[in-house]
Amino acid sequence: MMSYEFLVASAIGVLVAAGVFLALRARTFQVVLGLTLISYAVNLFLFASGRLVIGRPPIWDKAVSNYADPLPQALVLTAIVITFGMTAFVVILALRGFLESGSDHVDGDTVPCDPQDGMAAKNATVAPDVEDAQP
Amino acid sequence: MTFADHLIVLPVAIPALAAPAALLVMRRRRALGVAIGFASCLALLVTALAVMAQVSGGATLAYAVGAWPAPFGIVLVADRLAAMMLVLTSCLGLIALTHAVITRADRKGWHFHPLFQFQLMGLNGAFLTGDLFNLFVFFEVLLIASYGLMLHGQGAARLKAGVQYVVVNLVGSSVFLIALGMLYALTGTLNMADMGLRVAAVAAEDQGMLRVAALLLVSVFALKAAVVPLHLWLPRTYAVATPAVAALFAIMTKVGVYSIIRVVPQVFGEGAGAAAWAGAPWLLPAALLSACVGFAGVFVARTMSEQAAYGVIGSAGTLLIAVASWSAASLGAGLYYLAHSTLAAAALFLVADVTARRRRAYGDTASPGPAFADRSAVGLMFMIAAIATCGLPPLSGFIGKLLILRSVAALPDWGWAWSVILVTTFFGVVGFARVGSTVFWKVREDRETPAAPVTRRADLAAPALALALLAALAAGAGWATAYADAAAAQVLDPAQSAAAVLTEAAP
Repeated sequence: MMSYEFLVASAIGVLVAAGVFLALRARTFQVVLGLTLISYAVNLFLFASGRLVIGRPPIWDKAVSNYADPLPQALVLTAIVITFGMTAFVVILALRGFLESGSDHVDGDTVPCDPQDGMAAKNATVAPDVEDAQP
Repeated sequence: MTFADHLIVLPVAIPALAAPAALLVMRRRRALGVAIGFASCLALLVTALAVMAQVSGGATLAYAVGAWPAPFGIVLVADRLAAMMLVLTSCLGLIALTHAVITRADRKGWHFHPLFQFQLMGLNGAFLTGDLFNLFVFFEVLLIASYGLMLHGQGAARLKAGVQYVVVNLVGSSVFLIALGMLYALTGTLNMADMGLRVAAVAAEDQGMLRVAALLLVSVFALKAAVVPLHLWLPRTYAVATPAVAALFAIMTKVGVYSIIRVVPQVFGEGAGAAAWAGAPWLLPAALLSACVGFAGVFVARTMSEQAAYGVIGSAGTLLIAVASWSAASLGAGLYYLAHSTLAAAALFLVADVTARRRRAYGDTASPGPAFADRSAVGLMFMIAAIATCGLPPLSGFIGKLLILRSVAALPDWGWAWSVILVTTFFGVVGFARVGSTVFWKVREDRETPAAPVTRRADLAAPALALALLAALAAGAGWATAYADAAAAQVLDPAQSAAAVLTEAAP
């Protein structure tokens, strides 16, 4: 019989593992997906930090002695808002980077991509290093 | 409550109001937006000095935001260390803003001034807050403003470095949140003073988790402080950022160091069980490596701005050598060096920009170029900034390094600390001498000299101001070191400040 705690813990573990794997990839899109997965895991983790309880009122009331901790929910809300904004920003940034340098690699401009389908161009040549192009 | 009681919230409130105001008027009336930016920076400087005057007697001021009582609501806490960081931030902000306006760097995009104010708000908030989650929020405020500022001016190189900078910091934020979740689950509070009291009561079977949480938190701060091996994001980011922005960013690594100094003694002090002085065994080796890597970068750098960026890493390493032992004497020396190294790094970035503006196509590369205007004046400024960064007499870097050397001499690992500090200083001197002599003395005659660029000398004002502050820090070293020592003693006595926070801000 699988417990509720085990289910949540393993879900967080799988999300983090997948997120870390994707965040270490070379392409920005995969990195962004990886960061999103990690932030999902973090939100679940924060939620679980108030202990997993079932069937309790969500806020304090004089009549009840046992209630679910409302603070982690507030923390998760803040974290969701911040990570949502950050993710939107990094998507735009990655897109601008791709359009400007013609490569969607995080570490720079080694493999130019075909802007049509996003795949590495067949006869890829190493792009000149922009920084060294000074006279 | 009198006005003086609300003084402590002003360093956050002023830029928070100035930023949207500047945003609103910027499109129609540029000059008014710029004036709002300057007015805000000046008001911040005055406020910071007033806060410093209030706390310099040793008081810890606590301000309950929204009048929510202490362990439940968010508190802002000002002590000597926080006040010192506020003054440093406002001085640096004023210098960076002056340079941006004089060199017209703020005209490359619409939102420079609002973003600049939000950056100051995030920095001030991070220095003032007494709540760990609030610290996270202010980190995010200053980070998202820094993303915008770093990309200001755009261009492929900035976008490329920007993606890396943003991704690294997003991962750092996630780790920060995980550490916060663990600490909240273990102690049931997010108020730093309260957590410091409750952390001693963590059950024996949870000690492992407490230790993991503490180490994760310190790693995040080390990432912000660009401590080796978490420094790889910094050189490229700082070298490609707009120089005025890079000068302001000189304080961003110090935010990481400040957070370590603030959180470790207060929360993970002597009574924290398995998490006591979290990361202490690794802090000194990492600091020594940072100093080595930083000054090795100074030694081999290809451009002046890259050299300044590596100087930031090296000085953060030197600073952490002083912090790592957690003794009052060495921490006091470290705090003096912190103020010095921030100003010195900013001065180097600004001098690099002034040089690049005059050399036109040659930029600030360390290669012989044409003779350019004001070569002797700019060269003199570079020499002063380099002397300050390396720590040669007569400027404050020498006093700071001397104090650090003297204070760590009592420690068991003093041999390592001494040899690293002295050898890295030597390599720094050689590196700066190489770049300075190439840029300012070697003139390539065979290439046609570009028409002398029409630059006014006004852009020398901001770096001169930074160097003047360094000189003032050296001249007023007696007072400054006494203040830094008092601040260090106050930081290392968390019980007193915890009592102040929990009683003053209580209902």
